[in-house]
Amino acid sequence: MISGNLKKEFEILLGEKNVMSDEVSRMNYAYDAAVLDPVMPALVLRPESSEQLGDVLRLCGENGIPVTVRGAGTNLSGGTIPYKNGVVLLTNAMNKIIEINEADMYAIVQPGVVTANFAAAVAAKGLFYPPDPGSQKVSTLAGNVAENAGGLRGLKYGVTKDYLMGMDFFDAEGTLVKTGSKTVKCVTGFNVGGLMVASEGCLGVFNEITLKLIPPPKASKSMMAVYDSVADATESVAAIIAAKIVPCTLEFMDNFTIRAVEDYAKAGLPVDARALLLIEVDGHPGQVADEAAVVEEICKKHNASRIQVAKDDEEKNKVWEARRAALSALAKLKPTLVLEDATVPRSQIPEMVRGLDTVAAKFGLSIGTFGHAGDGNLHPTILCDRRDTKEWHKVEAAIEDIFDLALNLGGTLSGEHGIGIAKSGYMAREVGEGSMNYLHKIKNAVDPKGILNPGKVIGD
Amino acid sequence: MNDISNLRATLSELDDLLVNCMRCGMCQSVCPVFQDSMLEGDVARGKLALIDGLAKRMIDSPVAVKERLDKCLLCGSCEANCPSGVKITDIFIKARTVLTAYIGLSPVKKAIFRGTLIHPRFFTGLLSMGAKFQWMATSKADPFLGTSCSKIMSPLIGNRHFLPLAKRPLHKDYSGVDTGKGTAGMRVAFYPGCVVDKMLPQVGHAVIKVLEHHGCGIYLPKNQGCCGIPALASGDEASFLKLLKHNLKPFSQGNYDVLVTPCATCTSTIKKLWPKMAAKISPEAEKKAQRIADRTMDISEFLVKTFDVDLSAHAVVGEKKTVTWHDPCHLKKSIGVSAEPRTILKGLPGYEYAEMNEADTCCGNGGSFNLLHYDTSSRIGAKKRENILATGADVVATGCPACMMQMTDMLSQGHDPVAVKHIIELYADAL
Repeated sequence: MISGNLKKEFEILLGEKNVMSDEVSRMNYAYDAAVLDPVMPALVLRPESSEQLGDVLRLCGENGIPVTVRGAGTNLSGGTIPYKNGVVLLTNAMNKIIEINEADMYAIVQPGVVTANFAAAVAAKGLFYPPDPGSQKVSTLAGNVAENAGGLRGLKYGVTKDYLMGMDFFDAEGTLVKTGSKTVKCVTGFNVGGLMVASEGCLGVFNEITLKLIPPPKASKSMMAVYDSVADATESVAAIIAAKIVPCTLEFMDNFTIRAVEDYAKAGLPVDARALLLIEVDGHPGQVADEAAVVEEICKKHNASRIQVAKDDEEKNKVWEARRAALSALAKLKPTLVLEDATVPRSQIPEMVRGLDTVAAKFGLSIGTFGHAGDGNLHPTILCDRRDTKEWHKVEAAIEDIFDLALNLGGTLSGEHGIGIAKSGYMAREVGEGSMNYLHKIKNAVDPKGILNPGKVIGD
Repeated sequence: MNDISNLRATLSELDDLLVNCMRCGMCQSVCPVFQDSMLEGDVARGKLALIDGLAKRMIDSPVAVKERLDKCLLCGSCEANCPSGVKITDIFIKARTVLTAYIGLSPVKKAIFRGTLIHPRFFTGLLSMGAKFQWMATSKADPFLGTSCSKIMSPLIGNRHFLPLAKRPLHKDYSGVDTGKGTAGMRVAFYPGCVVDKMLPQVGHAVIKVLEHHGCGIYLPKNQGCCGIPALASGDEASFLKLLKHNLKPFSQGNYDVLVTPCATCTSTIKKLWPKMAAKISPEAEKKAQRIADRTMDISEFLVKTFDVDLSAHAVVGEKKTVTWHDPCHLKKSIGVSAEPRTILKGLPGYEYAEMNEADTCCGNGGSFNLLHYDTSSRIGAKKRENILATGADVVATGCPACMMQMTDMLSQGHDPVAVKHIIELYADAL
């Protein structure tokens, strides 16, 4: 429990307006985007500076108060749902871009900077920050690092971890720890930054993050390929990669999703098609033209019934409009949407799609599948009504089947949404008990009181 | 006070609507109030969670929940961008009504809605008295924009630069107009709305000039009542229904082809809320309201869809000016009208059109939001002012009197030489 005295200490530290204890404020930070029950925190704290952030952690450490850090609260696995009687620590008052360095191509940011705002500021300087998670318009960069967020460009440009050069963070006692550098090369000490990526707030609280920037591609070309069979579509994916072409985006959409999008957005999609591929290649104009031609050829060879190459920006936008509408279109069909992200090696995509159909049939559930075919990260999306208890039990069983399916194909539980609470119980299936013990040892060593986002990733 | 379990039961009726929010949080990117405060309680997701929490016994403070719900511009940005298509405005209005019934209407609002607004004749009379005596309490704030400010410290007015009540409201000049079909072969019902009638009668005069120019017959029944949105937004459903009943009568008659208003909020209320709410009166009332709603159009939309509005061949008087456009939330996000006003502005003689940044971002007025949260409202309005000034425009045009009041206040505070005009004034001037 948090005593009145401790609350006062927080108020002296942060000012009264940044210490919220009333019922409705606590309710407002009891949930995130995961389909899980809310948990009310005891307090909501909002530091406005590094000093305040460090002091908050020192106080929480001294008093053994559980801390759950929250950016925009868009987490899909419950990573930002607070611990009972713990505090929620908001980062959104620390949202400054400290530096964008064009000469050395890096940027230093505070934790609460919104991803899309950062990408736009970087683009204004003629540089490029590629990670583009679906929630980028609201998600924060610290949240992206804590979850190792991906996005549509993962295949060619990688994910958030590929852009983390260095950071400093506060440990469970409020001590500032520094790792990495602004330099391209840096082998000073353990690669703690690598450990902090995807640590989901369990190992430290980020203060300043140094991110790598790259020059933007000069040209790009988009196309849509329509297929009468899922196998043809997924084999096209494998063939494109085998031809040594790495498109920046290679997205898949199944028939269920195509129909949902067409019903919703009237984008002129072929509702009879079994699958669609949306492909974009980018780079030097000459290279783009060559690669686009080869990709078109490969799709044709693999029985694409139609290929539509975008002639201008407007047509290009239309191609991607359909993909952007996918989640909305599915979301409107049923009250509850469970968005999974079990990921397989891309060669296993045909098997994965087949397996998902089997799971849907077995439980009599509606599952729409779309996602990042190029990197094996599909999003099977289960549509249901969480108020229907019987159906919900089926959904839970189906999710378990999907996890097993992905693991049997050599894949992983989560490509980009994180483990949080939702998947922590399944961790051992993927990595084994020995690995779990190792993770617990690391956690106990750096956070002996267990105050940093307890219960997440590795469980209690 | 009523029993809280009754309140929870009534809120639970919203469950079928509430359950559609998947808590994705995308509304954070478009909510003007959230962007000012960065607090979850200010964004749609947070407010929906509070209604849900109250219904499901997770929290027990109806008053605090209502305070959060009231801190909303009802601009509809969240709903227009919601991936799940949650009927956010419907939920908010219903929740405000339920909570107001439980907590009670504030004394000020009770006096305004129940004592005056629902009695249109008395309301009109009261305000015309006010117009005669307002000089005693106000002084001129900006001669260019024609604003006033309060001479004495007034908690209700604060530092606002507001448009004074018109010396001669519109209904003094036009009361009960009822002409035939007109040379265009159509009869247009005209609903000016309260602000145009009482503060901006020149906008009403412009509408009439334009309708006459295009040969439309005009139907303007006397003693029109307020569209009701201020009452409903405050959760006073009873007053809203009284006003609706009052208005249904004249507008169910008149055999007109189209009903136009120069007020985005009135248009949106008539089109979207009248039929829904009239169902609570009777099936016949609903049918009547639907008939009215189906024929209701924003004035710009009506003109562009019916006539050739390109006036660019007209002679230009004086120097060329620049005009920019602000999209009222209730025009673009609520009823999807955004291309038509631009078509009119681009066809005006003597004007260059310049698009402003974030033209469709809320100006921050939000009706009574401006009264309850003037600081937040002003900060949101200040951004709009910057976007207007950045275009270098001489005139900012819009299609909603409430937005005009807000932009006038913001520009007047900075003594900026930018005129605020209703688009129909510019069009009428160019005829």
